[in-house]
Amino acid sequence: MTHKILAVDDSRTIRAMLKTVLVNAGFRVDLAEDGIDGLEKLDAAAPDLVITDINMPRLDGFGFIEGARARSRHAAVPILVLTTESGPDLKQRARDAGATGWIVKPFDEAKLISVINRLVI
Amino acid sequence: MNDLRDLFFQECDDLVESLTSGLGDLESGAHDAETINAMFRAVHSIKGGAGAFGLDRLIAFAHAFENVLDDIRSDKLQVNETNLPLLFTAGDHLSDLVEAARGECEIENDMGASILSDLKLLSQSVGGGALMDDAPEPEFEPLALDMGFDLPDLGTPQAAASGYAITFAASAELYATGHDPALLFRALGALGEVHASADVDAVPELGDSDWRTPVLRWTLTLTPDDGIDEAALREVFEFVDGLCTLEITAPSAPPDLPDLLPLADPPDTPAPAAADAPVKPSPPPSDPPAAARPSKSDSARTATIRVDLQRVDRLINLVGELVISEAMLRQSMSELPHSASSKTVEEAMGQLKQLSGVIQESVMAIRAQPVRSLFQRMSRTVRETAREAGKQARLVTLGDATEVDKTVTERLVEPLTHMIRNAVDHGLETPEARRAAGKDERGTVTLEAAHRSGRVVITLRDDGAGIDRRKVRQVAEQKGLVRPEDDLTEADIDNLLFRPGFSTASEVSNLSGRGVGMDVVRSEIQALGGRVTLQSMPGQGTQVTISLPLTLAVLEGMVVSVAGESLVVPTLALRETLQPGQARIDAFCDDDRVLTLGHELIPIVDLGLALGYRATPADLDSLSLLLIEGDSGRRTALAVDAIVDQREVVIKGLEQNYRPIPGIAAATILGDGKIALIVDTDQMISRPGDGPSPAALLPDPTRIAHHA
Repeated sequence: MTHKILAVDDSRTIRAMLKTVLVNAGFRVDLAEDGIDGLEKLDAAAPDLVITDINMPRLDGFGFIEGARARSRHAAVPILVLTTESGPDLKQRARDAGATGWIVKPFDEAKLISVINRLVI
Repeated sequence: MNDLRDLFFQECDDLVESLTSGLGDLESGAHDAETINAMFRAVHSIKGGAGAFGLDRLIAFAHAFENVLDDIRSDKLQVNETNLPLLFTAGDHLSDLVEAARGECEIENDMGASILSDLKLLSQSVGGGALMDDAPEPEFEPLALDMGFDLPDLGTPQAAASGYAITFAASAELYATGHDPALLFRALGALGEVHASADVDAVPELGDSDWRTPVLRWTLTLTPDDGIDEAALREVFEFVDGLCTLEITAPSAPPDLPDLLPLADPPDTPAPAAADAPVKPSPPPSDPPAAARPSKSDSARTATIRVDLQRVDRLINLVGELVISEAMLRQSMSELPHSASSKTVEEAMGQLKQLSGVIQESVMAIRAQPVRSLFQRMSRTVRETAREAGKQARLVTLGDATEVDKTVTERLVEPLTHMIRNAVDHGLETPEARRAAGKDERGTVTLEAAHRSGRVVITLRDDGAGIDRRKVRQVAEQKGLVRPEDDLTEADIDNLLFRPGFSTASEVSNLSGRGVGMDVVRSEIQALGGRVTLQSMPGQGTQVTISLPLTLAVLEGMVVSVAGESLVVPTLALRETLQPGQARIDAFCDDDRVLTLGHELIPIVDLGLALGYRATPADLDSLSLLLIEGDSGRRTALAVDAIVDQREVVIKGLEQNYRPIPGIAAATILGDGKIALIVDTDQMISRPGDGPSPAALLPDPTRIAHHA
């Protein structure tokens, strides 16, 4: 069974890139446009892993992660933060929100896939 | 590992039998060159298998025997009444050695010693044995099978001296952020050999536990693969830094101290050196009576009988006929007027249908064999190719219990060998390049088999550099396979590798470039009713997927009518069907017409025209369209007069009964007793560079050459 990944990003380009990269790597991919959209799609998508941007309209990545963790069904799903921000502050804030790991844009395909493979069962 | 042993000894039975029958032919004078060849191969194969299991005596004896047979094969030695008895004795002794190895017994040493020295004398007498040195050839290095990483292995804590010692305890927050210790350990497993044990002392009684506080601690040892350093190890824990207590202790001594272990270990714990060899320690030689047949072997032997393959095939053919007769009967019944007895007859028919289905499946299962032996052959291919190409590679096999028709496994040997050579030779980078790319110096080739929706899917992955698409395109243009202006997707470019006459190797490599290209691989797979697809990720590696039917005898097909004839289109390639009037058909240049589907223009092939059933194009608006898709993802619409129904058909080969026909894959007999031809869909699909013309049946390279 191939793993499903929900990718949440407000940029169409990043969504398309993620979709291509992930599908090529053999994953099934669902896309969401922002935090609210992401939370709405969580149940239907039932992803094995979530990738989320931080800066998004309506609901940002931190809010999305907190919302996801609050739903018992998704409390343990690995969530990767994908963002252009870096620095120790991001790491701490992401972790406080409940993120599993973080990747800094522009992302390296190989690194992304190897991190994902490490986190999905 | 025991499965492997069973398999080896089963094979030995066959090999000894073919050796014995060859000896019989020698005696009766009914032998030819192939007799000797077969005998030589039999002994050679036994030697090879014995090498994999470290059966030294068997190796040594088979080696000497093989030398003599080689001398006979090369006419240095004539078989005569003097030496024939020795050959028989040697054959018997070889068989005894096999039995002894199977039962893990020893036989008395000097029993074989005289035969062995006689054999050696015989080959020395003709100056033979020079061909093969007395020492076993290096190709018989023992199989090192990577059994992967099993979680959790609590039983065998290893000496910390052989690798990194890791203690790990998770905090509650680690679990709360979607981490899982098992996944971390699995990631460690990718770096080398891991042993994990959990400390459960702190686990409280059920009921009075504060379940929010994790209490498990793990102790792990990691014996890293070559090129794995502590940084790689720490990277695994990158995201859990601060969420766990983690101590990593570097190896205190070089990891090659297994010699010391047997002294310290109690005798019932296998020392690491012994664990590598899949043979259990033999009992002391004095224990069993010398020549006694090992009693253990009889019970250990799987209850099997060997049956002449022709008998099985005859049965399969007959069952095929049975299924057809059943379909014919059902069709005739349905055309009869209803009567009072209809219901009972219908019930009986239903049962008959079910029964014949079950019989068919069971008969097919006779021919099914696990792909294990096929996969095991490949591990050697990987090792040899890696050595010759100066690469470091290991083979990981998954799903090797998957069962496939015997013919399929046999005919997969060659294409798979070629693909593996390609993967190691062209796919994997040199150790230096891999190190520079931040990869493990040793590349991994993964071979996986699985059943998926009624088919067998075999995937071959390498973690090499992937396909250099720019170079592939460049070469294809140079060779006139595509034009510079052709708009090719990445998948199109990848699939150029399968085109006849394509080879990127600038100089023909000794290994994979043995005059066999990927086009041959594809055509061999297609001959088995399968399809090959290729996916590549730059820097990540390449994956070749082979999808095969479970049997070569039945096929799921769509029955269509064209110009009064019945044809079968395999549903495997079918994506969509469009009734007359449903489709949007537009004129293209000249007489060509295309199907417009969304934003895609799809060439239409009038099947009646393409196969020569009619000379003038039919009115497309009155025809049904079958949308088919080829391996490259290219699509074509087949225009047919009508779609009749969908059913399983029994494949009857045309080649052996008639001759190959372009565009036709095989034939079948329908329920009404009529013969229907099975369309070869792949030949109907136009390729990039072909243009939208439907005449895809012309031989490909010549056609393209005109464009270039």
